[in-house]
Amino acid sequence: MLHTFIVYVENKPGVLSRVVSLFRRRAFNIDSLTVGRTEKPEVSRMTIVLDADQDQARRIVANVYKLVNVLLVDDVTAQPAIVRDLALIKVEATPESRSHVLELANVFRARVVDVAHDSLTIEITGTEDKIDSLLEVLRPLGLIEVVRTGQVAMRRGTKATVPVSKEKAAAVLDDENVSYSV
Amino acid sequence: MGGQKAEQKTPAQKAAADKTTMTGARILWECLEREGVKQVFGYPGGAILPVYDALRHSSIHHILVRHEQGATHMADGYARATGDVGVAIATSGPGATNMVTGIATAMLDSVPIVCITGQVGSKLLGSDAFQETDITGVTLPITKHNYLVTRADEIAHTVREAFYVAKSGRPGPVLIDITKDAQQSSCEFDWEAAAPKMRGYRPDLSPAKDAYDKALELIHAAKRPIILAGHGISVSGAEHEVQSFAERGSIPVAMTLLGLGHFPSTHVLNLGMMGMHGEAWVNTAIQEADLLIALGMRFDDRVTGNLKTYAPNAKKIHIDIDPSEINKNVKVDVALVGDLRKVLHELQPRMEMKDRRKWLEFVRNLKGDSAVRDIQNLPDNGHLYAAHVINDLWHETRDSETIVVTDVGQHQMWEAQYYKHDRPRSLITSGGLGTMGFALPAAIGAKVGCPASDVWVVAGDGGFQMTMAELATIVQENLKVNIAIINNGYLGMVRQWQEFFYERNYEATPLLSPDFKKLGEAYGIRSIICNKRGEVVPTIRAAREHNGPVLIDFQVEQEDTVYPMVAAGASLHEMIRRPSPIVETAGDE
Repeated sequence: MLHTFIVYVENKPGVLSRVVSLFRRRAFNIDSLTVGRTEKPEVSRMTIVLDADQDQARRIVANVYKLVNVLLVDDVTAQPAIVRDLALIKVEATPESRSHVLELANVFRARVVDVAHDSLTIEITGTEDKIDSLLEVLRPLGLIEVVRTGQVAMRRGTKATVPVSKEKAAAVLDDENVSYSV
Repeated sequence: MGGQKAEQKTPAQKAAADKTTMTGARILWECLEREGVKQVFGYPGGAILPVYDALRHSSIHHILVRHEQGATHMADGYARATGDVGVAIATSGPGATNMVTGIATAMLDSVPIVCITGQVGSKLLGSDAFQETDITGVTLPITKHNYLVTRADEIAHTVREAFYVAKSGRPGPVLIDITKDAQQSSCEFDWEAAAPKMRGYRPDLSPAKDAYDKALELIHAAKRPIILAGHGISVSGAEHEVQSFAERGSIPVAMTLLGLGHFPSTHVLNLGMMGMHGEAWVNTAIQEADLLIALGMRFDDRVTGNLKTYAPNAKKIHIDIDPSEINKNVKVDVALVGDLRKVLHELQPRMEMKDRRKWLEFVRNLKGDSAVRDIQNLPDNGHLYAAHVINDLWHETRDSETIVVTDVGQHQMWEAQYYKHDRPRSLITSGGLGTMGFALPAAIGAKVGCPASDVWVVAGDGGFQMTMAELATIVQENLKVNIAIINNGYLGMVRQWQEFFYERNYEATPLLSPDFKKLGEAYGIRSIICNKRGEVVPTIRAAREHNGPVLIDFQVEQEDTVYPMVAAGASLHEMIRRPSPIVETAGDE
């Protein structure tokens, strides 16, 4: 199944390549990966989505923790979390089809961000499913170009993602556990 | 031969160095000294020259190697023999890439080394300048961590971090790549301010409380437990703890290749080595066990054989400091993630004394006819077998502080089978990576680290030729290293696989070697040929008595085979044993 990991890393050169190299070396295929700044300038945050079973997911967490620049790993797959993807969709829009495109965008609460002579560019955020559905209905009208950011994720509730206690972290056999670096 | 050596610094001189301005190169040496480094192994070149120029201000002894791979293996051998961090130095480009094999070797066997490489000037980075290689990129997957340093004021804290990372937790190699301008430019040196502050690195793990309870439950309930003892024992310094743990529970101990010596082989609870070339009874005992207690080992495929049939009746307890090793190959019932020594300190007082006489007797009986099949006990057919050499070497050197450093292949397995190691760190061998060419340079490192020990190289004729250029290093450094070449004219282990699995198609395994005696003598090393069983002991004695390095060319039986053997992918109890014709001549059956 698809697993979603939130990874906090030190904002230093080469850290992205360390994380990616680990997935390559351990033969895990990344579905999507996003990196960006956080509320702290010295910390970057990644959201990594990949296909893994429960055992593999546990080993991924343990291996990612071994990277010296990794501060925190959180597998939010089974947690209440907000997961969002953003897409820009450039779609053909002739005078005849334009209103239909606008109508569809409206239904999906997407926004039109650029209008050209015979095309519209639509911005949509949401779950992967929602974006997939919009793409599906726009496809017959003629997709010109699509770009998607990949998923970003955040736990629900007031608390920020926090590291689990170290003792709990080392109890690798518990279900919701993670483990720390060595 | 090198400039005048600076005197060791007094504390006052050290304090005076603090907060003074100096070049990055001098800061590097200053930091290495403060990390306790006495010797480094290296090879100079353009991009590291400022560092070499500053060496005259340092009390550190530099050992000039003949190939950078040798430098890394020496640092590795030094670290394995002493437990301290070994240091290797090379220039950029080819100097750095030559280190790759040695770094990977240290990575797979969790050995703390720090490799320092010169790099082209920071303004030239990425321009494909002369001798530029992206060595931090190259070594990313084979180092525990690595650094690219482009400014002098980054050197001190990088070196301190590197040493801390290399030796803490599960040890491993760390590489520091320093640009030439960072070596040349100056800044204020402040040792205290350079202390490691690492938010993302926490090597101090300890298991959850209830994991101990679960482990004790399993141990108390077990009727047929076995300890699987690995390299982690010496890394953690838990030799005594393991011994009293085994004794308290009357639990027999099987060892991995890198575990040999960490539990005394003369101990009544010692079983011997497990795995592909482990003793047949050890592997059978593992398959019969109802509990495996893995101490600082990682269930390597050479140890488990086919995972589907591995120890089918056993519950498993895994004690290791690396959480990513848990459930990697073998699914375990209880994991205690932490420092082995500390974990055993917690576990042992709560452990019930047990008498497991029946189980121990059962295991003892598994030995069956092994002694009869042992080549040591076969009648002398006039041939010299490698096992004879190793067995005699053990008898001759067992009373002294001897470190045996092996290469990789048949001789390595025979060493593991016939040299009975009683002391930790008395066997140095490349286990995980299986690096041919490891022995000679690693032995140099071991001798430099432990000058009082007798150091013996045991190498095959194949692996020895990979790094034999380091003979010159032995002579230049005037090191008393004894070299036993187990010369069978083949790449023996590969030939053995061809014999078993490729219909004796000996493709590319017959091996032409130089006259090793003449070769040794060309370097000024006393060299002896030995090809008779009766001459082995006198030759070893002569070598030990000689005041200087000695090379012995042991010309042994060419097509001998390491038995027993578990074929790759076969179940642990399906062993190929020494065939019966030889056994019959021994009067068996």
